Amino acid sequence: MNVLTDNFAIYAEGFLGTVELTVYASLLALALGFLMASFRVAPVASLRAFGTVWVTVLRNTPLTLLFFAVLLGLPRFGLVLPFQAFAVLALGCYTSAFICEALRSGINTVPRGQGEAARSLGMTFAQTLGVIVLPQAFRSVIPPVGSTLIALAKNSAIAGAFSVTELLGTYKTLSELGYNIIWTFVWIAVGYLIITLAISALFNLLERKWGVAR
Amino acid sequence: MAVDPLIELRDVNKHFGELHVLQDIDLTVGKGEVVVVIGPSGSGKSTLCRAINRLETIESGTITLDGQPLPEEGRALARMRAEVGMVFQSFNLFAHKTVLENVSLAQTKVRGRKKADADRRSRELLDRVGLSAHADKYPAQLSGGQQQRVAIARALAMDPKALLFDEPTSALDPEMINEVLEVMQQLAREGMTMIVVTHEMGFARSAANRVVFMADGRIVEDRSPEEFFTAPRSERAKDFLSKILKH
Repeated sequence: MNVLTDNFAIYAEGFLGTVELTVYASLLALALGFLMASFRVAPVASLRAFGTVWVTVLRNTPLTLLFFAVLLGLPRFGLVLPFQAFAVLALGCYTSAFICEALRSGINTVPRGQGEAARSLGMTFAQTLGVIVLPQAFRSVIPPVGSTLIALAKNSAIAGAFSVTELLGTYKTLSELGYNIIWTFVWIAVGYLIITLAISALFNLLERKWGVAR
Repeated sequence: MAVDPLIELRDVNKHFGELHVLQDIDLTVGKGEVVVVIGPSGSGKSTLCRAINRLETIESGTITLDGQPLPEEGRALARMRAEVGMVFQSFNLFAHKTVLENVSLAQTKVRGRKKADADRRSRELLDRVGLSAHADKYPAQLSGGQQQRVAIARALAMDPKALLFDEPTSALDPEMINEVLEVMQQLAREGMTMIVVTHEMGFARSAANRVVFMADGRIVEDRSPEEFFTAPRSERAKDFLSKILKH
């Protein structure tokens, strides 16, 4: 039980590491997912193809493999970043594929006529998507995007295996110090719960404010 | 009417899979002309209407607006579309915008008008279609007839050279059809160039300069409403009219 109170600093450091990974990777995933969803519905065939390849490759690659590819692969091409940045890159790109598909399913819930009306008024593709379609799609993608970001928070544990400071990785230090492994993991689980429940709460709030009225 | 041609279609062809939905379509619409397109469902009349705004692509032939061929994609196409208003069967008002925003949006985004100017113009137009009291409501709060009148105001706000109507009253309750037709009648009298796909024969008789009868992807007849309704030449048109005018 006293594993938490004795080692609060270690837990706190790991917890903050996971929060940082989650926040940065979420932002990257949302931005990239948004971009790729735009590509996948664009009138330009090459953009659509790019979006499809992006989603297919990233969604079907095991995340651990992707971590290896980014952390060991990119330095060979001369790109050297702190491990945490690499981890954010891997997590963000991986999750962006799922965000993209959630957004696209949201776009598909908006009746075709909405986009046609916008185009018939002379709006460009970007205006049609940004002003008419996405704001209406947004309402229906709140729940799936929330789930995807919760998955991201938990997936961030893989970064620990690549010596990035995060919550799950704290168990190594603590078990070396001889603490009961059960209680160590219980407190780690509580830490994840705090993060994922916070994400749930945030998305419940969004849904209450913007969700589809029934 | 041998006036300046505004919209010209030459040898336009299109397939939906096996279905040859537009077959060698030739159609010229002059400035200020009201052309009503009628025909059985599946005859290609809606596709014709949508092709003029390039919501449907065509496989061969040319469509020109004011002498300019329809651009393929991109900004040039967007600019051209701003010149041709479109009114849809299902209204397609922007569901997340108020009535006033619906009418003002493209004025600011496409025409680059200031918001205050756009809103003033929108209120004028809403007044004209008898809906100024509903400016701050959302489309879902309006009846079908009211929504369609907002959609007409939205199209007019762009000061279009022509208006396309794709079965504008087909989704309406019978008692709401007239309020929409009256607005269209008024536009016709004011000299707006209009192509109207409809099943409203009364409107075709009273407002159209020409009636175009389509069947199986072809234009079968293209004549004045008086001639068409009293003495249709083709068997196809006789058959169609006998079916719809029976009741």
